[in-house]
Amino acid sequence: MYAYDHFDRQLVSQRVAQFRDQTQRYLAGKITDEQFLPLRLQNGLYIQRLAPMLRIAVPYGTLNAEQLRKLASITRKYDKGYAHISTRQNVQLNWPKLEEVPDILEELAEVEMHAVQTSGNCIRNVTADQFSGVAADEVEDARAYCEIIRQWSTFHPEFAFLPRKFKIAVCGSESDRAAVMVHDIGLQIVKDAAGNTAFKVIVGGGLGRTPVIGSVINEALEPKHLLTYLEAILRVYNQLGRRDNKFKARIKILVRAMGAEAFKADVEKEWAHIKDGALSLTDEEISRAQSFFQPPAYESLPQQDMQALALENADFARWLQHNTHAHKVAGYRIVTLALKTTGVAPGDVTAEQLEVIADLGERYGFGEIRSTHQQNIVLPDVRQQDLFALWKELVELEVAAPVVGTLNDIICCPGGDFCSLANAKSIPIAEAIQRRFEDLDYVYDLGEVELNISGCMNACGHHHIGNIGILGVDKKGQEFYQVSLGGSQGLDASIGKILGPSFAQDEVPNVIEKVLETFVSLRQPEERFLDTFRRVGMDPFKERAYA
Amino acid sequence: MPKIIKDLNVVEDSWQVWRDTENLPTTGGVIVPLSLWQAHKDALLALGGIAVFLASDQSPKLLGADINSFALIAVDFPKFADGRGFSYGRELREQHGFNGELRAIGDFMRDQLYFLKRCGFNSFALQSDELDEALASFNDFSDAYQPSIDQSLPIFRRR
Ligand code: HEM
Ligand code: SF4
Repeated sequence: MYAYDHFDRQLVSQRVAQFRDQTQRYLAGKITDEQFLPLRLQNGLYIQRLAPMLRIAVPYGTLNAEQLRKLASITRKYDKGYAHISTRQNVQLNWPKLEEVPDILEELAEVEMHAVQTSGNCIRNVTADQFSGVAADEVEDARAYCEIIRQWSTFHPEFAFLPRKFKIAVCGSESDRAAVMVHDIGLQIVKDAAGNTAFKVIVGGGLGRTPVIGSVINEALEPKHLLTYLEAILRVYNQLGRRDNKFKARIKILVRAMGAEAFKADVEKEWAHIKDGALSLTDEEISRAQSFFQPPAYESLPQQDMQALALENADFARWLQHNTHAHKVAGYRIVTLALKTTGVAPGDVTAEQLEVIADLGERYGFGEIRSTHQQNIVLPDVRQQDLFALWKELVELEVAAPVVGTLNDIICCPGGDFCSLANAKSIPIAEAIQRRFEDLDYVYDLGEVELNISGCMNACGHHHIGNIGILGVDKKGQEFYQVSLGGSQGLDASIGKILGPSFAQDEVPNVIEKVLETFVSLRQPEERFLDTFRRVGMDPFKERAYA
Repeated sequence: MPKIIKDLNVVEDSWQVWRDTENLPTTGGVIVPLSLWQAHKDALLALGGIAVFLASDQSPKLLGADINSFALIAVDFPKFADGRGFSYGRELREQHGFNGELRAIGDFMRDQLYFLKRCGFNSFALQSDELDEALASFNDFSDAYQPSIDQSLPIFRRR
């Protein structure tokens, strides 16, 4: 993974000193609340319902064991002994004290971490496929480019006060695990006819109150032009994005209003000024970035037959099938630790778990750990021969629920339990659904179903792109839930359609059950929920749900 | 005389910002709105000592060929959160070759000075009575990843 040099280290520590000074001036009454707002947001500090919330950056979801241990110790010292993995691969603390945030940032800097630009109207932490570098279906490792983008966007002088927040995601494999179609900019790595690397550039996707699938404005951008092209897009957006209405300020609204072609024409005009300037990437810089993401010292191992491994034990077999993925190196497997234990908020992880996971990352791999936008944790390099032993330890740690990719792998925002913007609670809904569908054989028979929950239309839980989406709404002061069907996040992304009038909290598990029964009755053999929905449409689901 | 920050020093300054978009000023030494300038170039030139300011929705492109006739161009920040002026600063310096004084006016804050300077601004009518203290913010960072006005090479070409 990337390692700081003296330059990166100096910048991060200067940032800590800057924020310490700003916090002191704020506490001394020399900075107004309004002025302090963007300053604290750009250091990850929200003020939410019960306490401040600190969002710590995990650039493209990559962590090492030392960082995990530091996070564990920070949650004990400054918080309540647990952390939360967010849907943008970051780590959140729910209970820090404002005055102590500079100290937390200083401790984070010791392990090359920070909270820079994890919030606010700036370029946010760049996200990537959590299986980058190890996925069997990878075209090219996205991480080197993510690091290049991270550096360019960090403290970018021109783009710290954009009309609205700006999120970039990069995916380097054939199946999209980074949701590139629903980001402000999505970059999909492709190979041209001659086998050269290029980026498909998608702009203007997004969720929130106006969900939009992005538009491709460049089919194949050469890597050397990556930063100049991004800079041109941001410059057009910074000048033309709406600032009169925060709900219309995202780039998706601008691209829709101008039309993708006209937007592209403006970008290319701006790009012409800087295209071959100092910001053009050099081959040396790309190689330097790639040098940090070279494959670790894999052993040469025989590829073992998964069927044979599964004979070990039936519970293990289920886990093996759902929570591990194909690795590009023979004899290895990617393992996902499900932070989806029923009764615990999806994505929550305790300090003890973090420490054990750090150890496991070292014992069963090369010390690297990933966070995912499905709010899980990944050990990327596990030898197949170690899977059974690892599984036993994960069961002990309560992170082995064999539900990855199933209905019970719910994505869920903090909702009304924590967030002041919420219309309704979301965590208890996740729990009620997990309890209703405890019969895993039924869940497995359903196959791949993504269920996402947001507590309001800000869509932090990505409900629009869940195959089943649940949205908290306010109905005359009561918490109600709107259900949508048919959303998906892949390269054929789609926005879910609303089933009909919303439901009271205690009705939600029943409704989900009816939706699933409808699916089962109409399904063709092996068909995914999404495909059945696309084939038969909304009507049969609607009839059943409101019968 | 009011004080401003110019070229990293606190100095006295006599320029006046004239926000009236209909009536003309009666003396020179004023920074006028772009629209007033466009409508009354000759009358304003006759006053001598005229500068213009761009509102946050006025791109430098609207200045056309006049850009390099000014000794001073100002960019107005109606709210500190309105960051369009950062792009205008770079455009004036990088695309139009403006070498005169580039001034930030309006509601920007001390904690934006470092980025404003990087975007080509060299004078700052900062609304604060602690201008000397504010100078410290120019040193928030000692270097930067990106190329901009104060450093033409990105860090990756210098590492
Ligand atoms: C508890 C405090 C939180 C607050 C006040 C908050 C607020 C918001 C707001 C206002 C938006 C919409 C912005 C827009 O559409 O421009 C948003 C979007 C988003 N939030 Fe949160 N959020 C919170 C927590 C979280 C958490 C814990 C996560 C991750 C689990 C998260 C992930 C996201 C994501 C991924 C989006 C993006 C949706 C999009 O791209 O439009 N947020 N949040
Ligand atoms: S979706 Fe709404 S309720 Fe949930 S975290 Fe985001 S802002 Fe809060």
